[in-house]
Amino acid sequence: MSMRLDNLTFKGGLHVPDNKGLVSSKAIELAREPKTVYISLQQHVGAPCEALVKVGDNVKVGQKIADSKAKLAAPIHSSVSGVVKGISKMYTTTGIKCDCIEIESDGLNEMHESVGTKADLSKLSKSEIIERIRESGVVGLGGAGYPMHSKLISSEGCSVDTAILNGAECEPYLTCDHRIMLEHPDKVIFGLEVIMKYLSVEEGYIAVENNKMDAIDALKNASKGKNIKVVSLKTKFPQGDSYRIVDAVTGRKVPRDARCKDANSIVSNVHTAYSVAEAILDSKPLYERVITVTGNGIKEPKNLLVKIGTTIGELIEQCGGFNGKPGKIIAGGPMTGMAQFSLDTPIVKTTGGILVLTEEETKVDKVQPCIKCGRCVEVCPVYLEPLYIAAYSLKDNYEAAERYDALACISCGSCSYICPSKRPLTEAITHAKNEIKSKRK
Amino acid sequence: MEGIKTDSVVLDDMLTVSAAPHIRSNESVRRIMLDVVIALVPAMIGSIYFFGLNALKLLLVTTISAVFFEAAMQKLFKKEIRIRDLSAVVTGILLAFNLPAGAPWWVAVFGAGFAIIVVKELFGGIGSNFMNPALAARAALVASWPGIMSNYVNPDGMSAATPLAILKDGAGSLPSIQRMLIGDIGGVIGETSVILLLIGAAYLIIRKVIDWKIPAIYIATTAIFLLLFGVDSNAIIYHILGGGLILGAFFMATDYSSSPVTPKGRIIFAIGCGFLTALFRLYGSMPEGVSYSILLMNVASPVIEKWTKPRVFGEVKRNENR
Repeated sequence: MSMRLDNLTFKGGLHVPDNKGLVSSKAIELAREPKTVYISLQQHVGAPCEALVKVGDNVKVGQKIADSKAKLAAPIHSSVSGVVKGISKMYTTTGIKCDCIEIESDGLNEMHESVGTKADLSKLSKSEIIERIRESGVVGLGGAGYPMHSKLISSEGCSVDTAILNGAECEPYLTCDHRIMLEHPDKVIFGLEVIMKYLSVEEGYIAVENNKMDAIDALKNASKGKNIKVVSLKTKFPQGDSYRIVDAVTGRKVPRDARCKDANSIVSNVHTAYSVAEAILDSKPLYERVITVTGNGIKEPKNLLVKIGTTIGELIEQCGGFNGKPGKIIAGGPMTGMAQFSLDTPIVKTTGGILVLTEEETKVDKVQPCIKCGRCVEVCPVYLEPLYIAAYSLKDNYEAAERYDALACISCGSCSYICPSKRPLTEAITHAKNEIKSKRK
Repeated sequence: MEGIKTDSVVLDDMLTVSAAPHIRSNESVRRIMLDVVIALVPAMIGSIYFFGLNALKLLLVTTISAVFFEAAMQKLFKKEIRIRDLSAVVTGILLAFNLPAGAPWWVAVFGAGFAIIVVKELFGGIGSNFMNPALAARAALVASWPGIMSNYVNPDGMSAATPLAILKDGAGSLPSIQRMLIGDIGGVIGETSVILLLIGAAYLIIRKVIDWKIPAIYIATTAIFLLLFGVDSNAIIYHILGGGLILGAFFMATDYSSSPVTPKGRIIFAIGCGFLTALFRLYGSMPEGVSYSILLMNVASPVIEKWTKPRVFGEVKRNENR
C-alpha cells in the first residue's frame, strides 16, 4: 500500500486544459421547476425498468414510477408532483431511444410519503442498507450508471479491503463533483462510511485531483477522527477512470477483463456517495442531481440541482441561453461526452454536465496522414497502440484490430486528443470494438 | 433565446454531432515540422559561417527541389498537395547537411529527388516511408558518386581528412576537441558543429518533439561498444563528436515514421544503431557508419515493433497484485 498520499497518479495519460474556471466558484443553485419532465426508463447499466404508472395517474415527488425484477437494475422515481401525460419512445442524452414517462408538473412539489424516513446507520443491518439504497434508485453518477446496490452485493466475498471515493473529476469543464465535495463534505463522507460498513472495510480513501484544493481541505476537515484518508491526485486525464484511481491510490493493477473488486477495491463516484447518504439518512430517492451547465457557448454557466427528466433546452435557458451561435451541445465532458442533436432531450441520472461549445471551438481540423509520432502510444492509459488499431479498423480488418487488443480500449479519447494529424483514433477503435463484440454474440 | 429557435429541427442543421472526444490539442504536423526547422537553424547558420556560400547554395537547392518534387509527385498521383506540412523542407535541410561543401548542385538535386520521389512518395508519402529519406539519399549518392561525396573540405577550403579518417588511417593530426565542438573541422556541412546541433536538439526535447532516450541511448551504446571493441578511451570523444553521430542520433534516428513507436522498441532501436555504428566504424570500409546504421535499423523497425508490443494494462496474473 502506498504511503504517499499526495500527487498520486498512473502511467500514461495527458494534461488537458481544464476550463473549470468558468463555473468552479459558483455555488450549486436550485434549478427552476420544469413544467414537464420526461423520465427515461433506462437510467442505468443493465435492464430497463417497466413503468408502474399509467397515463392519467397522479404522482408525487419521490414516488417510484418504474422498476425491474432484473438483478442489474434500479428503480426510477418521479422528480415532480403532477399527472402522467404519456409514455413514449424518446432519445435521451445517451443517444439511445427508450421509453420515457412524461409527467406534467402541478408545481406543488408534493412529496411522496415514502420519502423522509430517517434512519441510524449504526442500527441498520446489511440487508436494510441494501434495501434502502436499491429502493432509492442510486446508480453510479460518474457516468457509468452501475446500480449501486448491485455493485455492493457483487463486491461481497471478494475480500475488498479498500474503498475509494472518486473525486477526480478529470473531465475538463465539469465541476458538479467539485461543488458537491465542497458544499456537502459530510454527506460525501457519510456515503463512504455506508460503503465501508457494508463491506467491513477498515480504511476509506477519497481521491481528488489537486486542482480542487478547496474541496480537499473541506473533506479533510470533515473526515477528522475517521478512518478516511483524503488523497490528492495529479491533475491528469483520465485520472477519474476507476482502474486508474485504484492504480494511483493502491498501486494495484486491476486485471484485464476484471472489475475493481478483483483488485480488492471498490470505487464510487463522490456524487454517488452523496446520493447513498441521502438514501440512508432520509430515504430520499435519486430524482435530482447536480449538473454543470457550462462552456463558452453558454451565457451564464452554472452548477444546478436539476430534476431528472428536465430537458437540455430548459437548462440552457436557465443559464441565460446561448452565447452566440452554438457549435456543439455535449451531455457530459468534452473527452467522453455525447454530442446532442436536440434541445428537447431529457437528462438522465448519469448526466453530469451540459457543455456548449461555440461554433469556433467546434471546427474540426482536416485529417492528415499518420506520421507515426507515437504520441498516442505514449498517452494511452491502457498501453495500446491506437495508431495501428485505428488503421486496421478503417480497413475493416477487425481481426488485426483485436490482435492489437482493441477490446482493452477504455474510450477515454486521449489518443484522438493528442494526435497532431487530427486522426479519429478513438472513434475508429470504438467502431472496431463494436464490430468485434457483435461478431462474438 | 438570442434569435436561435429552440425548435430542434432548426438546431439539427446547425449543430455538429460527432463522436468524443470533442476537443483536440493544438498539436499539428506543421507545428512539429516547423519546430524541427527551427531546431536546425543554428546548425544552418553555422554551416554557412564555416563553409560559406557553398553551404547556402546547397541548402537552398536541396530544400527547393525537395519541395518541388513533393508537389510534383502529389500532383502526378492526383493526391492532395501537402507541402504546407513542411516535411519536405525538413528533408531538404537534412539532405544538405549530409553533403560535403564542395558537392555540385546537380548532386543536391539528384539527392532531393531520390529522397522525395523514391523513398517518400513512392511508399505513400509522409508517415509511410520506411527509411529516413535524407539518409537514404545520402547512401544513394555515396554509392553513385563516392568521390564527390567523400571529398571533404575544411572550412578554410582545403581538402581535408575527417577526424575519424585520421583515427582510422593513423595519418595526420587530430583537431582539438574545442574545434570539433565548434565545428571548425572537415565533414559534411551540417554535422560538424556539435554545439549548434545540441542547441537545436535541446529545443526539440523541451518542445517534446523528440524523445531524449533514443539519442542518449544511441550515443552511449556507440561509446560502450567502441570500448568493448578495444578502442582507446582517449579516442572515444572523437568518435562521439565526429562522423555525424550527433546529427544522426538527434535528428535522423528520431525520425518518426522510420523508427519504432513503442517505448521498448525505441530503446532496442537506439541500441541497435549504437552497436552497428561502432561495428561499422571499426570494421567497415568507410570511417563513418552512422547513416548505414540508422538505415539498417529503419529496416528492422517493423519487426522490432512487433516484438515490443506493450503489455496491456492489467495483463497480469490475477494474484500478482496481492
